[in-house]
Amino acid sequence: MDDFFLLSLSTLDSTLRLSTPLILCAMAGIFSERSGIIDIGLEGKLLAGAFAAAAAAAYSGSAMLGLTAAIFTSIAMALLHGFACITHKGNQVVSGLAINILASGLTVTFGIAWFHQGGQTPNLSGDARFSPVTLPGAEIIREVPFLGPIYTELLSGHNLLVYVAFLAVPLTWWILYKTRFGLRLRAVGENPQAVDTAGISVTFLRYRAVICAGILCGIAGAYLSTAHNAAFGREMSAGQGYIALAAMIFGKWRPVPGLLACLLFGFLNALAFRLEGVSVPGIGQIPVQLMQSLPYVLTVILLAGFIGKAIAPKAIGRPYVKER
Amino acid sequence: MSSPNKNLPGWIDVGLIPLINISLAFLVSGFVIWLIGEDPIEAVKIMINGAFGYDEALGYTLYYTTNFVFTGLAVAVAFHASLFNIGGEGQAYIGGLGVGLLCLLLDQYFPLWLILPLAIIASGLFGAAWAYIPAYLQAYRGSHIVITTIMFNFIAAALMNYLLVNILIAPGSGSPESRVFEETAWLPFMHEIFAWFGAEITRSPLNLSIVLAAIASVFVWFFIWHTRWGYAIRMLGHNENAAQYSGIDTKRVIIGTMCLSGALASFVGINEIMGVHHRILLEFTAGYGFTGIAVSLMGRNHPIGIIIASLLFGALYQGGAELAFEIPTIQKEMITTIQGLVILFCGALALMIRPTLERLFSNFTQNNKTAVVE
Repeated sequence: MDDFFLLSLSTLDSTLRLSTPLILCAMAGIFSERSGIIDIGLEGKLLAGAFAAAAAAAYSGSAMLGLTAAIFTSIAMALLHGFACITHKGNQVVSGLAINILASGLTVTFGIAWFHQGGQTPNLSGDARFSPVTLPGAEIIREVPFLGPIYTELLSGHNLLVYVAFLAVPLTWWILYKTRFGLRLRAVGENPQAVDTAGISVTFLRYRAVICAGILCGIAGAYLSTAHNAAFGREMSAGQGYIALAAMIFGKWRPVPGLLACLLFGFLNALAFRLEGVSVPGIGQIPVQLMQSLPYVLTVILLAGFIGKAIAPKAIGRPYVKER
Repeated sequence: MSSPNKNLPGWIDVGLIPLINISLAFLVSGFVIWLIGEDPIEAVKIMINGAFGYDEALGYTLYYTTNFVFTGLAVAVAFHASLFNIGGEGQAYIGGLGVGLLCLLLDQYFPLWLILPLAIIASGLFGAAWAYIPAYLQAYRGSHIVITTIMFNFIAAALMNYLLVNILIAPGSGSPESRVFEETAWLPFMHEIFAWFGAEITRSPLNLSIVLAAIASVFVWFFIWHTRWGYAIRMLGHNENAAQYSGIDTKRVIIGTMCLSGALASFVGINEIMGVHHRILLEFTAGYGFTGIAVSLMGRNHPIGIIIASLLFGALYQGGAELAFEIPTIQKEMITTIQGLVILFCGALALMIRPTLERLFSNFTQNNKTAVVE
């Protein structure tokens, strides 16, 4: 039983680590999509952020500079998305896709040109990475049964960005539901005409929404390359932006359910690692691929309306044209 | 995708604007090459020579072109119904599974002329089936086709991975690949076909599928513009309500269009599995499905445009491979970058330069008018 407890602790521990980029990207998606801008470019912003963080950290030796670079790169991509779909009323899906493909091409192209390691960045160590943070009192209550291990093993000892991700959720919730900006942001995703009539610029509001998305994706990217791993590798986002998109839809475009969906998907992933090659009593071996595809399958089932109904913001995907 | 504009004459709309957009995409690509410290002009020279310079290169270029024609047509057909099929990659992957299974099943018993039509049918059925579910969900349950087709790409990848690693893997083989088909299930290469007629061309992966691509292009042109179904598809794409009120069963059209789209994408499987690799293997789709989106946007959803765009991307792929050989800092990801820029400028920013052109054009025509009055 004790073994089982420790094993579940470590599975949950990796759940937290694997959910972190998903949570950040899902919150990013919520900002963008609640304002009416479809964001399938999460993946691209995540990847570009990861590359920028690793490259800046490799040159400067500072993880914080890496994080800053990641955030600015990701914001730049978000602004490009905004330029195409807000200013020029382009197709939002096409634009998002362009960003994803651009990111996957540019990261490796620049990676090869700058570091000559086949698209990888040099390995980071020391201050160039985010190191684990020990929460206060972790050592003292280590010996307390049950709660001690949960606190020291599960909650303490992650890097800064993991905590940032978990703080991003209440922050997103607060901004969306308790501030004037959030109210307007949600309004512009449902009924931009009304917002415009009230004398508020739809364009500026939506730009700010995609910038918020850019910031969060940038942090997620820095997490991938300078916290979770110690370098950038080609295609290292590996579809996690899309999983975050799925999680955001799974959470019906709301922060807390979105967080739960990310944790669920992260848990499935952690479990897939854990169960690889293990025979489960009564079932036998569960194919890893099944576990890996479950987030997608679940999202499709949700979208089909079999688990509640996922209703997107009303004005999503439609460029706003002012009446003349 | 974009509605025709009354203020501009046709030649600007279908000729000049796309040309400017493509040029912008290439200009920025050149800028990226310059940024990483290489000479863009030199790169273009190597690429053109690498894509068309000798007949082996041309063979490779046309072989890539074949794939892009299939995926480009697939995306275009869906676009006409105003559906965005991002799932070409998954549909091609599953289509290849259909082709491969059929070949594995029949290659010992039947000759090629019997296997080929069956393989085309199997491929189409598998690809259409993979598109059917997202289409059904879009038509009857209101789920967004973009999201579901993205999800289906990943599900297809996981499924193929599972099948190849656990079930289809050739006995005793270390890598996840099926056994190699008997030669009766190999599509003849173009150099073999030419040899039958006594003409000699260099070996390349170019095979009979290019004929299928040509037939598919003519078929799509005829189907979209000269049949009742094509009319229904275009009407749905322009105005769903109008289509509904005029008695078109929009749900059926959505499903039919997506199935056709999936079937077209699946023919990548014929080219790759039956034509080149002669076995089922992982990731043979290599992003062709996504390139189809760029091809379709660039070709403005018309078969002729798609063929031109496919040829261009075929040349980019083949020339790019040559380029990676000559200039090691420019790898195939540079081609991915160009592809992204094409999607950006010809797709997302397609309307960017129109207001400027409209202003220029109206200034120009007004000046002319005043000149006549004077």
